Amino acid sequence: MPKLPLIGDVSRVADEGLEGLDHNFLTGKIEDLVKWSRTRSMWPATFGLACCALEMMATGAAHYDLARWGMEVFRASPRQADLMIVAGRVSQKMAPILRQVYDQMMEPKWVISMGVCASSGGMFNNYALVQGVDQIVPVDVYAPGCPPGPETLMHAILQLHEKIESGEITQRRDQRAGGAGLIVEQRDGQTATQMILGQREQTSG
Amino acid sequence: MAEERDHEEDPSDQIELNTGTSDEELLYEVPMSESRGQKVLHPTRDQYLETITKLSEDGFKVCIDVTAVDYLENPERDIPRSISPERFEVVINLLSHKKKERVRMRIQIPETDPVIPSIFDLYPGSEALEREVFDLFGIEFEGHPDLTRILMPENWNGHPLRKDYDVGGIPVQFKNAPGAG
Amino acid sequence: MTLGAYRSNSKMLQELGEVDFMTQNEAALENTAAERVFRRGEDAAILRMSESEIHAYEPLDDRRMVVNMGPQHPSTHGVLRLSLEMEGETVIRSKPIIGYLHTGMEKTGEQLSYLQGATNVTRMDYSSPLFSELAFSLATEKLLEIEVPERAIWIRMLMCELNRISSHLLFQATNGMDIGAVGAMIYGWREREEVLRLLEKITGLRMNHNYIRPGGVAADLPDGWRDDTLRILSNLPERLDDFDGLFTGQPIWHERLQGVGVINSEECLALGVTGPLLRSTGYAWDLRKDMPYLHYDQVEFDVLVGTYGDCFDRFAIRLNEIRESIRIVHQILENIPDGDYRLQDKKITPPPRTRIDESMEALIHHFKIFTEGFKVPAGEVYVAVESPRGELGCYIVSDGGPKPYRMHIRGPSFTNLQVLPHMLQNALVADAIAVISTVDPIMGEVDR
Repeated sequence: MPKLPLIGDVSRVADEGLEGLDHNFLTGKIEDLVKWSRTRSMWPATFGLACCALEMMATGAAHYDLARWGMEVFRASPRQADLMIVAGRVSQKMAPILRQVYDQMMEPKWVISMGVCASSGGMFNNYALVQGVDQIVPVDVYAPGCPPGPETLMHAILQLHEKIESGEITQRRDQRAGGAGLIVEQRDGQTATQMILGQREQTSG
Repeated sequence: MAEERDHEEDPSDQIELNTGTSDEELLYEVPMSESRGQKVLHPTRDQYLETITKLSEDGFKVCIDVTAVDYLENPERDIPRSISPERFEVVINLLSHKKKERVRMRIQIPETDPVIPSIFDLYPGSEALEREVFDLFGIEFEGHPDLTRILMPENWNGHPLRKDYDVGGIPVQFKNAPGAG
Repeated sequence: MTLGAYRSNSKMLQELGEVDFMTQNEAALENTAAERVFRRGEDAAILRMSESEIHAYEPLDDRRMVVNMGPQHPSTHGVLRLSLEMEGETVIRSKPIIGYLHTGMEKTGEQLSYLQGATNVTRMDYSSPLFSELAFSLATEKLLEIEVPERAIWIRMLMCELNRISSHLLFQATNGMDIGAVGAMIYGWREREEVLRLLEKITGLRMNHNYIRPGGVAADLPDGWRDDTLRILSNLPERLDDFDGLFTGQPIWHERLQGVGVINSEECLALGVTGPLLRSTGYAWDLRKDMPYLHYDQVEFDVLVGTYGDCFDRFAIRLNEIRESIRIVHQILENIPDGDYRLQDKKITPPPRTRIDESMEALIHHFKIFTEGFKVPAGEVYVAVESPRGELGCYIVSDGGPKPYRMHIRGPSFTNLQVLPHMLQNALVADAIAVISTVDPIMGEVDR
C-alpha cells in the first residue's frame, strides 16, 4: 500500500487499529481525540453478582454519582457496553456465562474486577468459586475491598480513564498478553494496608 | 429397656420431659431427646413418614427446613440409645403456628443405602430443600417430582458437603489457611 | 378504603378514597385452597426438567416456546435464571434455576472458627447482613449456654432494625426500577446512604459488618450515635411520605402491581413461605411478635398484613414496615441501658488490646481465641430470627471442637422462591419482572 501524505503507511491499520499508523502530528492528535472520547461516557455492562453489586449501585446513585463521568447508564445488553465491572463472586456455574457476556462486548472493552472475590477468590478459597476472574477474562483494573466502597470503585474507574487517555493501558496489555492488571489502593473509610500501584506477577499464562 | 408411656392420640397430651438419662421419652411414639431446650424426635427411616404425617395433622403445618449432616468424622454423638447411628442424618424442622412451637426430627440414613421417602405430598415446599440435600450430600428422596442438582452445575461429580469431599482450595501463602496444601 | 388492614399514620394513604381493583383480585380471594402447589404432572406450574432437557425440549403445541431469562439481566436481583414456557406473552410453566452464586459457604463455615463464622454468614444475605450474624451468634450462644449482657441485646436490636430499614429501602429502589420508575433508585439510595453511614460509624463497615459476634457485639456504640440516629429518624418519615406520594397513590403502580402475582395463605404455608410474602396474604405471623427473641416483647410495634396477597400488598407492607421499625428504634433509644457491650467471659471474648501488654494470661487468651478458637460444647441447635425476607434460621452441629461441625443457614429467599412458578402461571412476561421484584430474593442466601 502506498504511503499517504501526512499519515504514512496505512497497511497495518486493519490489524492494529490506530496504533498501526506511523506516528506524526496529525495521527497523534486523532489518537488523542479517540482516546479522550473513549473515556468519556464509557458505558458499563450490568454484571452485578453479589454484595459488590450493591456498592456498584451505590456508586451510581445520587451520593457518589457516576453520572458525572457519563457512566450512569448501565447497559443490559453487552453489545452496547464498553466496560464490564465484575462485581461479586463468580461461581463455577457462572463462569461460562461471564465469558459469554465478555465475548459479546465490542472492542475496545475493558474489565474492572471489583472486590476481592472477583480479583482472587476473596475469603472463599473453596471448590465453588473461580479463584479470580482473571482466569476467565483479562482484567485491567483490580479494585480491592470486601466490598470496596464507592470511593474505591470510583478510584478504579478514574485510574482506568487515566490509563486509557495516556495510552498506557494498551502498552500494558501488549506486555502481558491479557488485561492491564493495575491494582488500585482502597480509598474509602476502611483503612487497609497500603497497596503499591503496579503490575501483578504474571503467575499463569 | 425404654420406658413406654401409654400414648393417646390426643394432641394436647404433651409429655413433660424429665431429663433422666436412663429413661427414653417417647413423643408421637418415637424416641425424643432435648437439645438445649429444643425437642428433637428420632424416628427410624421406616417410621419417618408415619411420624411426620402425625405431626402435620397435629398442627405442624409448616416445614421450615430440610437439611442433612454427614457424621463421618463424629460418629459418637448424643442420640437415644435405641437408635443406631449411621453416617448421614436428615434433619427436618417443623413449625406449628398454633402452638408457637418447633420440633426437629433427625433420621439416620446409612451410607450404603442413602434413600429416604420424600415429603413433597405433605409439604410441597420441601421440593427445593430436598433437591439441595440431594445435590450436596447425595441422599436420594423417593417420590420426589424432580430430583436434580440445584446448586452445583448439572454435570458436577461428587457431593460437596460430604466430609470426604475436600474443600477444594488452592494453595496459598499462609500456613493453616483453609485449603492450604 | 380497602388497602388491607394497614395501621399506618401516613396522611397520604388516609386521604386516598376508593381505588379501583382489578377483578382478578376478587376472584383470587375466593380461592383459598392450596391444591395447585401439590400438583406433579403437566398441569403443574413448575417446569420440572433438568437444564439439558429444557435445552432440548420442543413443546408439542406450536404456539408454545421455552424462553430463557437470565442469569445476567438488568432486573437487579442477582443471578436468578428463569426458564419460561410461554404461549405468546403468557407464561404457562416456569422454573427458577439457581446456583449461579453458590459459594460453598456452608463448607467454608466448617473451616472457620466460631469467631470467624460471622464473617462468613454475613455475606449470605448481603442486603441485611446483620440478621445472619445475629442468627449465627444466637445459635452459638445457645450451644455455649451463656447469657448476653442487657446493653448488648438492645444494641443488637437497634442494629437489626436499622438494617431492616436499609433493606426495605433497597427494596423500594430496586422494585421501582424494575417497574420502570428508574428514579426510584435515586430516592431509595438517598435514604439508604444515610443509614449506611450510621452503620459505618458504629461498625466500621458499610456492608457485611461482622459486628454481632457470639457474646455480644464487637464494640460499643461510638460517641454521638444518639444524635445521628435521631437525625435519621426525624428525616425519614417525611421522605417516606415522598415515597407514598410518588408510588402508592399513582395509577401506574396500581395497574402494574394490583392483582399481579396473587397467592393465598394456604399455599404459602404449604410452601414454607415466611416474611412479608406470607403477611401479604392476610396471615399475621412475625417471629418478633409470635416467638420473640432478644427483647422484642418489650417494645410495641404492629405486624402489618395485606389482604389480597398480590404485589401491591407486598410493596406497601415493606414500605410501612420501615415506619414500624422507626417506631421500634425510638423505643430502643429510650430503653437502652448502660453496661457491657459484650460478655466478658475470658474464654470467649478476646481481651482489650491494651491488656495484652500487661498480662500474660490475656496474651494467652488472645492467642488461643484467634488461632484455635474457643471450644463449644457438643450438641445441635436451631435458632431463627425474622429477617426482612422471612424466617432466617441457623442450624449448628457442634462436636465439642473450636469449629462448627456443620453450619447450615435456612435462608428465607430459598424457600420463598418456590412461589415464583405459581405466581407466574398465566401471567404476562412483564408481570414476571414485577413478581420477582416483590418476592425480593437475595441470591446470596438462596445459593449460599
